[in-house]
Amino acid sequence: MQDVTIHITDREGEKHTVLAPTDMAMNLMEVVRSYELAPEGTIGVCGGMAMCASCQCYVNSDNDINAMEDEEDAMLSEAFNVKENSRLSCQIPITEALNELEIELAPDV
Amino acid sequence: MIKTDILIIGAGPTGLFTVFEAGLLKLKCHLIDALPQPGGQCSELYPKKPIYDIPGFPEILAGDLTSNLLEQGKQFQPGFTLGERAETIDKQEDGSFIVTTNKGTQHHAPIIAIAGGLGSFEPRKPKLEGIEKYEDKGVAYFIKDPEVYRDKKVVIAGGGDSALDWSIFLADVASEVTLVHRRNEFRGALDSVEKVQELKLLNKINLITPAEITDLHGEDHLTGVSVTKDGETEILEADEFIPLFGLSPKLGPIGDWGLEIEKNAIKVDTLDYQTNIPGIYAIGDVNTYEGKLKLILCGFHEATLMCQSAYKLLNPGKKFVLKYTTVSGINGFDGTRKESPKAVVKAIV
Repeated sequence: MQDVTIHITDREGEKHTVLAPTDMAMNLMEVVRSYELAPEGTIGVCGGMAMCASCQCYVNSDNDINAMEDEEDAMLSEAFNVKENSRLSCQIPITEALNELEIELAPDV
Repeated sequence: MIKTDILIIGAGPTGLFTVFEAGLLKLKCHLIDALPQPGGQCSELYPKKPIYDIPGFPEILAGDLTSNLLEQGKQFQPGFTLGERAETIDKQEDGSFIVTTNKGTQHHAPIIAIAGGLGSFEPRKPKLEGIEKYEDKGVAYFIKDPEVYRDKKVVIAGGGDSALDWSIFLADVASEVTLVHRRNEFRGALDSVEKVQELKLLNKINLITPAEITDLHGEDHLTGVSVTKDGETEILEADEFIPLFGLSPKLGPIGDWGLEIEKNAIKVDTLDYQTNIPGIYAIGDVNTYEGKLKLILCGFHEATLMCQSAYKLLNPGKKFVLKYTTVSGINGFDGTRKESPKAVVKAIV
């Protein structure tokens, strides 16, 4: 399987274009962490269990992303800085559908 | 003053396993944790979730791992200061330390093991202008004493279990309870959601959804909150506002202890996980070093090596060799002894 290209705007507004593997069972939060695009301890705090919202991002492209499940929806209902296009990046697995995805990291709270 | 050999800050899996490893070396431990129960994240965030990478356990629930670790260390009689956050540390002339909690409890130990994970769990505060001004003057993120709310007008915000549970509880205490949540749906135990629904019909809880608190009012004390629903804002009279948006871990006061911090974690020497201050160790998720992995099993390894180093620090020159528990058994501080059964030597005639 091929890597996909993802465009990530970090919390300082800087844009990064990164490659993410589709065959390592990774999620988007882990990709952000692996490229160190947000300081450790400020993203993926709960480890990816949809329990902290520290990996919240805004999806700015119309890729066909997996639908939101109840746990993610409930966590976002209690998170801050939530917008219409908010998602928890830990709940988005890296698949080929994510090629050319554009996201922006939500502010750290 | 509580006295111990190793003062462990953080009662998560790494801290709890330290009790066992220290006990094998006849060192006594005391643990401080900001949460009211031991287990750290495992018991607070995901007790019912399985962990698959604990050696020897193909699958174990996080809550069961905590229970097992407590059971494993029980004979070494650890002490606990729970529900208190380690606040300050003072180095004594003899090189030992006094750690004081936010509630003033003092602990004296020659060795400190910081096993604080991601930090102490603190309430997530909503971004409302001037909210700090009202803290303890009408705004609280925890409910310490429900009596404070007797006959008061209380507004609670949040959509999880604590918002639901406290709304139910305070419905009989406060003169008025208003629950505000951004969604119509609540994330909580089904019976809590049903109970709130019932109390709403009885007019004992005023439920406003989907809505948000957008402003706070009052001079010296809170007198009201702005509630915004469907783009319309109205001011609601309120004596007390309780935002319950869950907990988030913060390194907190430990960050001001003079320890070398990198990437929101404490830098250690991988020889023995000692920090830049001799006698203070950092183990588990709270530390960082080249190649660090935040895994429970790595925390166990770090705790084991740390205890050997602490033993040497406390007993300079004393000879000691690592023993296998299967060979030497375990002598508990409570007088118990565990040992493997002896082989039976008997002639067959």
